[in-house]
Amino acid sequence: MGTSTTVKAKFELKMGLATREAYGQALAELGKTIPNVVVLDADLAKSTYSYKFAKEFPDRFFTVGISEANMVGIASGLALSGKIPFASSFAVFLCDKGYDQLRMCVAYPRVNAKFCGSHGGISIGEDGPSQMAIEDYALMCALPGFTVLVPADEFAGRALVKQMAEYEGPVYMRTGRPKAPILYSAADGFEIGKAKVHGKGRDVAIIACGLEVGQSLLAQSQLEEEGISTRVVDMHTLKPLDEQAVATAALECGAIVSAEEHVLEGGLGSLVAKAAARLHPVPMEFVGIENTFAESATPDQLMEKYGLTAPHIVNAVKRVLKRKEAWPPAGWQRSR
Amino acid sequence: MSHHSLASLDELKHIARRIRINTVKMIGAAGSGHPGGSLSEVELLTALYFRIMRHDPKNPNWPDRDRFILSKGHGCPALYATYAEAGYLDPALLNTLRKLGSPLQGHPDKRMLPVLEASTGSLGQGLSIGIGTALAAKLDEQDYHTFVMVGDGEIEEGQNWEAAMFAGFHKSANLTCIVDNNRQQLDGFVKDILDPAPVAEKFRAFGWRALEVDGHDFAEVIPALELARAGQEGKPTAIVAHTIKGKGVSFMENNPEWHGIAPKPEQVNAAVKELEMAAV
Repeated sequence: MGTSTTVKAKFELKMGLATREAYGQALAELGKTIPNVVVLDADLAKSTYSYKFAKEFPDRFFTVGISEANMVGIASGLALSGKIPFASSFAVFLCDKGYDQLRMCVAYPRVNAKFCGSHGGISIGEDGPSQMAIEDYALMCALPGFTVLVPADEFAGRALVKQMAEYEGPVYMRTGRPKAPILYSAADGFEIGKAKVHGKGRDVAIIACGLEVGQSLLAQSQLEEEGISTRVVDMHTLKPLDEQAVATAALECGAIVSAEEHVLEGGLGSLVAKAAARLHPVPMEFVGIENTFAESATPDQLMEKYGLTAPHIVNAVKRVLKRKEAWPPAGWQRSR
Repeated sequence: MSHHSLASLDELKHIARRIRINTVKMIGAAGSGHPGGSLSEVELLTALYFRIMRHDPKNPNWPDRDRFILSKGHGCPALYATYAEAGYLDPALLNTLRKLGSPLQGHPDKRMLPVLEASTGSLGQGLSIGIGTALAAKLDEQDYHTFVMVGDGEIEEGQNWEAAMFAGFHKSANLTCIVDNNRQQLDGFVKDILDPAPVAEKFRAFGWRALEVDGHDFAEVIPALELARAGQEGKPTAIVAHTIKGKGVSFMENNPEWHGIAPKPEQVNAAVKELEMAAV
């Protein structure tokens, strides 16, 4: 435990587009079919890829300048007048600088506005912690009525952006900066609130979102070679959480590892633990950022140093398996 | 233009008096609330709803209606009383202010009272929302106007100036910001806390047309609002309305103590008597 295991490259991930690029592509498509879609950005359109919509539909694109709070308020007003606004910035600026506005102008009156925070997590690399959203899941899930989405690849991204537009109510999506491995195809359907399950393993369920789904699949392959069977649940919707998927994973596997590019407080692991505690308590281990800010380095170096790569997931699976074997813990029966 | 008959100056004064009386009574009945900043905005609300705005109480969702957003959400008792006068609200509901299940929440809540254009109460946000509705009007080639009311204390919030910069730069002529310049905020006088003066010059520097009026004189308020609504200069308009916090109730006027406390029953009676006796 604690030492990292090298994942043997039997199973390889083929890289696709970054989820932020998928967001821009999907917006440009939506513009053609839904005339009420309007797009806002706070001077990061080239980075969030909302510029792809701006190029096609300049009259329906508003660059508000570097003023995220104002942007969220404007999006609210547009939504109150029947538009379907999609407003984007880096996740950390959108959620942190625009939080009171997301709360007051969007969540509280429940307006039909959509938000995308790009550059989520620490995989942005060299720009460093001031640009890294590591708390956006917790912030956005805490707002009553918000739906929160984290696509794992470009196909999930495009499909979920389309779902955002069709869904009535406030939605937040986190996208990532680096290229994301291809996990799906255009034939895969996505539904808000319905997890995707990879594999039928029964030893441990790994529940992940975003880039951690790819890392979990690498871990799954390594563990399989070691005779440990897992399933990977892609929880692309953090809220409303697919609690049935958590219950099924807990019931059929008897142990859960969560994996997320987010601090361990208030993110995916917390949400899964709440659902499992209610529906079918099993031992759990948590892969995520441990109460710290990251730093500048390459994305790969950071993912490794801050405990988010496949070997860390492999270790967490082994830890939780030990606890599962000793389950229920001593005293469990008595306290019941 | 409006779907209601335009009130005469004399009628406006009587309406304003009734709104003031109801405002004092409802805050008294609630036992809490913000009388000072409610009473300062009464002539402005009266002029908007009975003279200036295009709206139809029988059709509150009319897409072409002018929008009014009360960014200084704590001033909502006067807005609720105005809604009741205009026919958007059963006057019998006024004494449910701040009570469990009432649509008249302590600060404006669009979930409970859909006629509100926005939910407000966290200061500094209404102007941004108003930019959104004004942009939507342009996109849809509709000619409705958006009015936002902010307080002079409220514009200490930086988001107002992000919004002012945007609206000025984009020449949002279908947007008006009314500053209820009552010179006080919770902790005391604005001039002693963080004075935003000179307010009109600040808006002008951001590309707005700015007008200054006596916010209790219909003869000044109405022409300024008409000018703003016409939007002819190709700029958003700021109307800095100089008002008196607690206007009409002598023991509340210009006393910051009355920002956020309710009058006791005997104080309600005294205030109502004074308002009823005052010359119109």
